[in-house]
Amino acid sequence: MALLNPRLRELISKIVYYGPGLGGKTTNLKYIFDHTSPTTRGELITLNTEGDRTLYFDVLPLNLGTIKGYKIRFQLYTVPGQVFYSESRKIILRGVDGVVFVADSQAERLDANIESIEDLQENLREYDYSFADLPYVLQLNKRDLPNVVSADEMKKLLILKGEPVVESIAIRGVGVMETLKQAAKLVLIKLKKEMR
Amino acid sequence: MSYLILYGEEYEEIKKILSELKEETGARVALIVEKNGQPIAFSGEMDGVDTTSLGSLVAGNVAATEGLARLLGEQGFALMFNEGQNENLHINLIERKFILAVLFDKRTSLGLVRLRAKNASVKLEKVFTKLEAKMEKEHRKMGEKESPFEDISEDDIEKLFK
Repeated sequence: MALLNPRLRELISKIVYYGPGLGGKTTNLKYIFDHTSPTTRGELITLNTEGDRTLYFDVLPLNLGTIKGYKIRFQLYTVPGQVFYSESRKIILRGVDGVVFVADSQAERLDANIESIEDLQENLREYDYSFADLPYVLQLNKRDLPNVVSADEMKKLLILKGEPVVESIAIRGVGVMETLKQAAKLVLIKLKKEMR
Repeated sequence: MSYLILYGEEYEEIKKILSELKEETGARVALIVEKNGQPIAFSGEMDGVDTTSLGSLVAGNVAATEGLARLLGEQGFALMFNEGQNENLHINLIERKFILAVLFDKRTSLGLVRLRAKNASVKLEKVFTKLEAKMEKEHRKMGEKESPFEDISEDDIEKLFK
């Protein structure tokens, strides 16, 4: 649920990076954190297990700039991808304004992607959020690895509603900002429609 | 509705209640967070603590505790208290939608914070009820003065990334 504060002239929205475990969700946030000025972003908070896997969530507050004098701020969250953290994923999705699905392009992770997309839809349904109306971007990550499924094949399997697709190598930053831009754009356009 | 508008009048009322709570208890900070993690308003010295991060973590904490409550067959735990060596954090829910967090140290006591937080919560509840009613009534009438989105273009959004 976006928060509009006319007195402070700011808008804060929430984007959640969703996807299977070890798919690169945290890597996306780390890249954004490392490549934005400290004046425009807050701390990257990570709640990890000892093995450096996301236990609960990561969150990065980001100021994108201003539109019509309003500060446009986003809170970027990741969910823990491992299957058994379903309850945590549901919690993080509460009040979401946009979702980036980070798919792992490796052939052996195809089923995990599908399972995670189904989990996303199930969790959205539990909140009565309409997936059809949700700003949603599909990121095909790890395109540099040797054993990847072709982008066309992945699109056939994973595109659900004509969402924007970005091919990425998050660890090198390829496609990371583009993904964020696409998601931010969809969120702002949706808010524009709703506030009319 | 997928957004919340903090109208100026209510925003100032919320800030005033937080400021009074801070003064009455001698707490360091009083903070209101929406349950999804959005920081609404605060009063006090944050000393470089990022309120957005604090809001996310407080909300995450509350959400995890609620999950725990459900698991135990409880409707929820309305109050949480974290005790540190120097700083303590008192957290309680307002209308099950907002979270009041009070950060305090040894200069005050848990009992006083708890009592005043309860009183402040009653006042805040009224403001939020008023705010919601106002949003229902006015959001469609919101003109350019309040909304930055009336004539936002794709170009404006593109510029954010340049």
